[in-house]
Amino acid sequence: MKNLKYSIAILCIGFLNISMQSQELTADKIIQKVDKNMSADTQITVSEMIIYGKRKSRTITSKGYSEGKMKSFSEYLSPAREAGTKMLKLEDRLWIYSPSTDRTIQLSGHMLRQSVMGSDMSYEDMMEDRKLIEIYNATIIATEILNERKTWKLELIAKVDDATYFKRIIWIDTERFVPLKEELFAKSGQLLKKTVMSEITKINGRWYPKKMNYKDMLKTGKGTDFIVKEIQFNPKISEAIFNKSSLKKN
Amino acid sequence: MKLALQLAYKNLIGAGLRTWLNVAVLSFAFVIIIFFNGLMDGWNQQAKTDTIAWEIGFGHLRNDAYDPFDPFTLQDGHGKLPNTIENVSPVLIQQGTIYPEGRMVSVLLKGIETSQTVLEIPTDAFIKSTAKIPAIIGNRMAKSANLKVGDEVLLRWRDKNGTFDASNITIVSIFDTTVAGVDAGQIWLPLQTLWEITGLQNEATIAIANKNFVDASLDGWNFENRAVMLKNLDEIIEMKKISSSIMYLLLLAIALLAIFDTQVLSIFRRQKEIGTYIALGMTRAQVVKLFTIEGSLYSILAMIAGCIYGVPLFIYLGKTGIGMPQASQDMGISLADKIYPIVGVQLIVTTILLVTISATIVSFLPAKKISKMNPVLALKGKLQ
Repeated sequence: MKNLKYSIAILCIGFLNISMQSQELTADKIIQKVDKNMSADTQITVSEMIIYGKRKSRTITSKGYSEGKMKSFSEYLSPAREAGTKMLKLEDRLWIYSPSTDRTIQLSGHMLRQSVMGSDMSYEDMMEDRKLIEIYNATIIATEILNERKTWKLELIAKVDDATYFKRIIWIDTERFVPLKEELFAKSGQLLKKTVMSEITKINGRWYPKKMNYKDMLKTGKGTDFIVKEIQFNPKISEAIFNKSSLKKN
Repeated sequence: MKLALQLAYKNLIGAGLRTWLNVAVLSFAFVIIIFFNGLMDGWNQQAKTDTIAWEIGFGHLRNDAYDPFDPFTLQDGHGKLPNTIENVSPVLIQQGTIYPEGRMVSVLLKGIETSQTVLEIPTDAFIKSTAKIPAIIGNRMAKSANLKVGDEVLLRWRDKNGTFDASNITIVSIFDTTVAGVDAGQIWLPLQTLWEITGLQNEATIAIANKNFVDASLDGWNFENRAVMLKNLDEIIEMKKISSSIMYLLLLAIALLAIFDTQVLSIFRRQKEIGTYIALGMTRAQVVKLFTIEGSLYSILAMIAGCIYGVPLFIYLGKTGIGMPQASQDMGISLADKIYPIVGVQLIVTTILLVTISATIVSFLPAKKISKMNPVLALKGKLQ
């Protein structure tokens, strides 16, 4: 009887704890936690981008270095035709070096709206460096089960005029604080793009999606897969990497 | 002179097949020269008329930041037209993407006043339509995107702040034009609608002038008149004329070479005749003249022969036109599916002069040799 009382008391405390946790966690805090989980001060990533075309698909391997959201440098490793192409992003500027022409060009204006290597991603998608909570007002609109995982469904509505996408809906794993799916909408409410994250793996104590599929929902096709082959969180990266001179170095 | 002409004519007719072969080749060159130049003139006139009616009007007032040859200037190349400006029809140009059958097609969105009359674009279709976003496209665009009147297609664009927006547009009219500059890769929307969906109220990229427009210096805008805008077209046609002239000049050269050969052979084989002419009292110069006239007569006969088959041919082509392949109509310059050659008096006179003078020159060159001939030896038929 005494044990039963203890059990009931523990269960009550447990439920109270869970309900308090969900009450405390606002949408903004969830996004902050996701940010904390997904980003690091510095990152080195080796990844594959699989671009599915109508007839055949192309796989592009690249190595990327990043420091916060403002600085990043990436180099394409394969296929041979793309190998040696490098991209450097410093704040709101982006340069691309092409070894075939031995020229570095800075992308600006409309050029940033072009697709990256024919994929479903635009350079502009890569350039977005503001935090979500700076651009959007977020609210939790539901809890859903997605791929057998309990998720919060967050709706983000732009609070600034110059957001690329007016609305986003993000499904976030309630335990791992990893986004599992994201949908991007136009002002009219039309679904424009969808990102699905999968192969969630624990790397250096944090959960991270190793596979992401970006899909332009207005186009037919399977979209573009982004697969993380290797990732290092907070490694030491030389400052020289984030310099225009590194674009021409072999 | 009359005697020389009579003699020359009789000699030519007497030569039989040799004469008629020369005449045939020269007449062919004659007809081809007129045909090509007529074709180019026809194209030029048709292209100019259509370009003015569909694209240029009486000139364009352009925003300073907009360069029609640089699509990257579209983002910032627009502004509010001053209130004082009159007799223009504003057009706002923005970029967008349509998704016909799941394909991504980049397009230029052009907002035009529904009441405009300066261009042939059938904007009255906007007024008649009840669609939320009515759109007009040209036949090239309709073909490439596989769209018909009444079809809806999803359009994605960005507003003035760069935020994506998307909605279905309805094709309310498809126009047929030879001017690819208002057709290929372009969608025409009511200006008011484009202002609303992009948030660029009262802004324009260009303004098309009507006949009452008076060019006055405007800050931030520059005016390009019709002549300047048609300069490119003139240059293209001029270049095309030069490149096609190579072909017909080659043909003319072959015909002239045939006349030259015939003249050389005549002088060689008709030495006794030359000697007889001189013995009968003709001066050397008169004999040279006779042989030169003979050569020139080829061009006269060629013209007559050319007229026999050329005139009906040109009348027929003037009525039916010459079909142009579809691929060449998408080049970006105005080219109709049919071109009607224009054969003017100036063209005919110029060609007659070109053929006659060149035939006379090539006839005179071998005949010159007669002036150095010994008449006695010529009479004996000895080689000189």
